[in-house]
Amino acid sequence: MKRLLILSGKGGTGKTTVCAALIRLTQARAVADCDVDAPNLHLVTKQSAVPEFHDFIGGDKSSIDPHKCVGCGECERLCRFDAICLKNGKAVVNEYACEGCGVCEFVCPSDAVILTPDVAGTRELYLDENVFSTATLKMGRGTSGKLVADVKLAMFKAAPECELAIVDGSPGIGCPVIASFSGMDLVLVVTEPSGSGISDLQRLVKTGQIFGTKMTVCVNMWDVSPAHTEQIRQYCEEQDIPFVGKIPFDPKAVEAVNEGKTVVDIPCPAGDAIREICAAVLALLEIDN
Amino acid sequence: MMKIACLSGKGGAGKTFVAVNLAAAAGNCTYIDCDVEEPNGRLFWKPEGISTSVVYTLLPSFDADKCTGCKKCVKACRFHALMYTKDKPVVFPEVCHNCGLCHMVCPKGAIVETENAIGTVEIGRHGNNKVVTGVLNPGEPNGVPVVHEALKHAEGLTVLDCPPGSACLVMEVVMDADYCVLVVEPTAFGFHNFRMVHELTTLLGKPSGVVINKQTTPYEPFEAFCSEHDLPILDRIPYSGELAKRIANNEIVAETMTAENLRFRTLLDKIGGVL
Repeated sequence: MKRLLILSGKGGTGKTTVCAALIRLTQARAVADCDVDAPNLHLVTKQSAVPEFHDFIGGDKSSIDPHKCVGCGECERLCRFDAICLKNGKAVVNEYACEGCGVCEFVCPSDAVILTPDVAGTRELYLDENVFSTATLKMGRGTSGKLVADVKLAMFKAAPECELAIVDGSPGIGCPVIASFSGMDLVLVVTEPSGSGISDLQRLVKTGQIFGTKMTVCVNMWDVSPAHTEQIRQYCEEQDIPFVGKIPFDPKAVEAVNEGKTVVDIPCPAGDAIREICAAVLALLEIDN
Repeated sequence: MMKIACLSGKGGAGKTFVAVNLAAAAGNCTYIDCDVEEPNGRLFWKPEGISTSVVYTLLPSFDADKCTGCKKCVKACRFHALMYTKDKPVVFPEVCHNCGLCHMVCPKGAIVETENAIGTVEIGRHGNNKVVTGVLNPGEPNGVPVVHEALKHAEGLTVLDCPPGSACLVMEVVMDADYCVLVVEPTAFGFHNFRMVHELTTLLGKPSGVVINKQTTPYEPFEAFCSEHDLPILDRIPYSGELAKRIANNEIVAETMTAENLRFRTLLDKIGGVL
């Protein structure tokens, strides 16, 4: 199985739009949406199967039995996440700030702390002739890196035989992105021609280099700024990263997405450009087109 | 002190565009870039006189002479960040949550915590605005401590530029805010992620308003959602190739275009900020 991850650094560059189009073009049979903070891929990859739902346990959350709490404040003092404060002489946990480390339980002299597993999100697996693995993290929860790893693992397990797996990743460079790198053969970065797009691309490439990930780059909406597009192409050349193409700004792309279609489902210049990028990416993955 | 957070759920909706221009139109305020993974506000502000402070977390290190190999630390760590190999514990920094429990449970005082740099906070000025930027070092997974540090520099009217998504980093910022500006692009993707952040601001009981950015045609499901939830639409910014180009070139349009200055001053008035 060849594994392609799609990232962007900056959000809103068209990562998911490109991803959906590549899935359509390659007929990839294993797909995962690892943008667990803001998953969108399911909006354009229609699923017919009924999903399997799995609770995702991120970690533990602490709570304090007010009857046992003696109000000594040791837990408040030693919690590094500012998750505990004393209210009316009793310790109260802020569940959003609590990371479940257990320091409060260890220091409590009156055995008032209970740690319970916390459902931090839901994982969904759709199985028919294709595999689609996705998840949604609950509001404000951390541990998204662990959820990303689980979503990918569920996809690999369900589709061990298929030729190509495509994974849509998160924006940024933090834990969900780092978790998405592992086991991937190639990362396609979809960037945009702007000062912000370039800065974010550079930070993502630096992160990828730390983890030894093979990368390639395409520019979306390139004609918004040909000068920035050229700057990106030059940067890629300097970094020895293959530059696989540029997609024009195309109002039809927005229309397609709003109708639940991919860009390559309708005749448009953006679709034509993505076809060329697709061929180049498959060549890098050494898959016959 | 009033803190206004700009958030969007989906990336690229125009959070930074709105946050920077809102702060520029206000003047005499603080802008804090909390999108520490990809901080871009500074590209627009080009702040001067920058002073940088390093943000550290604490990582355990082990004194081999004192360690008796009891493994209490390994067993206590709930993040499986410690492993016992070759007669001593080792830490995996990328999974360590820096909670300090291992240090507390060690009966021999063999664990000391050492500072580990994970990012920086830069403070500079742009005219009469203070520009604060949290920057996470590439390769570091957790930006929360950097956000925490950056938020400490709020002063006067403060505009908080959030990261995308609705997870822990965004929560940190929204908890700290008095008002939330939800920047949304009127597309199916934008709408889906917008509902997620709306759930977050509702959960935390924060007053909110909406700025629709890059509007070409109205996206009906979104319009219906806003009126159903009594969410005021504070402004609609039409898609403009001219604006896109200026933003791509890191221009602060509220400073260079009279019409945009007026737009953001009006927006600020609606939010109730003090001009």
